[in-house]
Amino acid sequence: MPLTPERLQDAYRQMLVVRKFEETIRNLYQQGKIRGSFHPCVGQEGTAVGGCWALRKDDFMTCTYRGHGQAIAKGLSVRAAMAEMLGKVTGCSRGKGGSMHFTDPSVGLLGANAIVAAGIPHAAGAALASQLQKKDHVALAYFGEGAVNQGVFLETLNLASIWKLPLILVCENNRYSEMTPSHETTSNVETYKRASAFGLESTQIDGNDIEAVYSSVEKAAAKARSGGGPTYIEAMTYRLWGHMLGDPEIYRTKEEVAEARVNEPILRLGRRLIELGCKESDLARFDSEAEAAIADAVEFAESSPVPEPADAFTDVFI
Amino acid sequence: MPTITYAQALNDALREEMRVDPRVFLMGEDIGHHGGIFRVTRDLINEFGAERVRDTPISESGFVGLGIGAALAGMRPVVELLFMDFALVAADQIVNQAAKLRYMSGGTVSVPVVIRAQQGGGRGNGAQHSQSFESWFAQVPGLIVVAPSTPADAKGLLKSSIRAGNPVIFIEHKLLYNTKGEVPEEDYLLPIGKADIKRHGRDITIVSYSRTLLFVLEAAEKLAQQGIEAEVIDLRTIEPLDMDTILESIRGTGRLLVVHESHNNCGLGAEIITRVGEQAPDRLITPARRLGAKHVPIPVAEPLENAVLPQPDDIVHAVEAMF
Repeated sequence: MPLTPERLQDAYRQMLVVRKFEETIRNLYQQGKIRGSFHPCVGQEGTAVGGCWALRKDDFMTCTYRGHGQAIAKGLSVRAAMAEMLGKVTGCSRGKGGSMHFTDPSVGLLGANAIVAAGIPHAAGAALASQLQKKDHVALAYFGEGAVNQGVFLETLNLASIWKLPLILVCENNRYSEMTPSHETTSNVETYKRASAFGLESTQIDGNDIEAVYSSVEKAAAKARSGGGPTYIEAMTYRLWGHMLGDPEIYRTKEEVAEARVNEPILRLGRRLIELGCKESDLARFDSEAEAAIADAVEFAESSPVPEPADAFTDVFI
Repeated sequence: MPTITYAQALNDALREEMRVDPRVFLMGEDIGHHGGIFRVTRDLINEFGAERVRDTPISESGFVGLGIGAALAGMRPVVELLFMDFALVAADQIVNQAAKLRYMSGGTVSVPVVIRAQQGGGRGNGAQHSQSFESWFAQVPGLIVVAPSTPADAKGLLKSSIRAGNPVIFIEHKLLYNTKGEVPEEDYLLPIGKADIKRHGRDITIVSYSRTLLFVLEAAEKLAQQGIEAEVIDLRTIEPLDMDTILESIRGTGRLLVVHESHNNCGLGAEIITRVGEQAPDRLITPARRLGAKHVPIPVAEPLENAVLPQPDDIVHAVEAMF
């Protein structure tokens, strides 16, 4: 069932929260309040929200270090996410995981991963668990097109196909693998064709069109739930910011980025909402609500305590 | 108590755990109808079916990764690698993933996966099929490392490993599978992290595990003929290491030799001897020694392999040199 106009409004608000989360992280990072590296998902909010909203809360999901949006869209609390960025005990991983390892099993988020492609078999394994337990949970793995040259990606395609796992593989093709255009390093950069070579049903969609993402994932989830096996979705999108904060972006022109901005998912959904009868003032209100939600998360995170040194020695084993 | 092989003891442990816990399932190459190259999973497919005794492609990163994912989602997978050497093909999944996911999540997830494999030499399998990796794994926080030497220990520790709730590297040895011993028939569990004194003696403590433990026992008999009574400690678990048993033993013997098949360099012998130096510097009356593989890859021809890996006579000579 397609997203209703009301749900599209909610999706727009969620995408704004994700966007402002990333913009705020950038500011906090520049203020020296965040340690480690930060890989922003700005421009990819459509794949995150469209994909996760087509899942149930108890479905499983794994994502990548560019996964703040996906984690939040799956249900991770923005407060817990922000506190994790600031290394606070109230963070989703109590300060032990940071930006690249958002995890919250209570919403099916089995973990973001800092090794390219490494989380893909975890989603497949969760799908296998569901199949073995005769449950109807599905699992979704997010990854970028930079992951498709990793062996474990190809190995998982094979396993998912032979075992007909209830798995949805969502490739966010944002055109750049770290700091290199993907077509320079990838033979046949239309990655869905690799998946079809493994016998998976595979498709390429416009990843900046949240309705297309939602309906593709919804259809794939319904198929997986009813025993129809895995689906591969290549969602074409564009990484508006660099690979990480501090990326000089010498591999592309400012004109290319400016052109891509016209088609970015939040602006697009905004235009769509206007078509559906929203007013500019409604969009402005959604914007300030998202702003307030992030301000609340920052306030929560900044006022939370840092971990005790002794906490470093817990959580290794059960 | 029936006398059975090490392989059968493992098979019994898997069968018993699969009967009592529907979350337990097996994955690996040729483990189904073939029963595994060393027959550890023989006939299990007949009782539990191909869903729970799952043949995999030759794709170690992939199926170890799926095991981890299934564990995250509430299952208790036991993943078999054909040879421990192939763990390196899946090194990212073992070291960067299984060992760390719980910690990186702040304790919100757990990874109850057992990764079983046989390792070691003595069979002419060559440099890519004969290595011993326990020291490497023991270097990774977040992995439990178990290496039983007897059929009874193999059963009791495999059952405990499956129930541990944490990632366990369960190390078998290709030349232990056909060794026999008495094994309790009942639900037999051994604690992880507890060494076992396999022979009592007053003159020297020899610490070992896995197949070299059998060599140490053989050497101890020869030494007894010379009047040297060795106390033989079988570590059984490499990580966490049971230092208490070692420290207590050397209180009586005053001498320590560590014997293992893995390479000496940065190995477990070095670790144990260092800890003794840190924790009980006054208990030794002569410097501790270690005996491990010499620093070359493991060769195939028998005289070459025997020259590289510690043999029973090497142990005898090492002990003699300490008196």
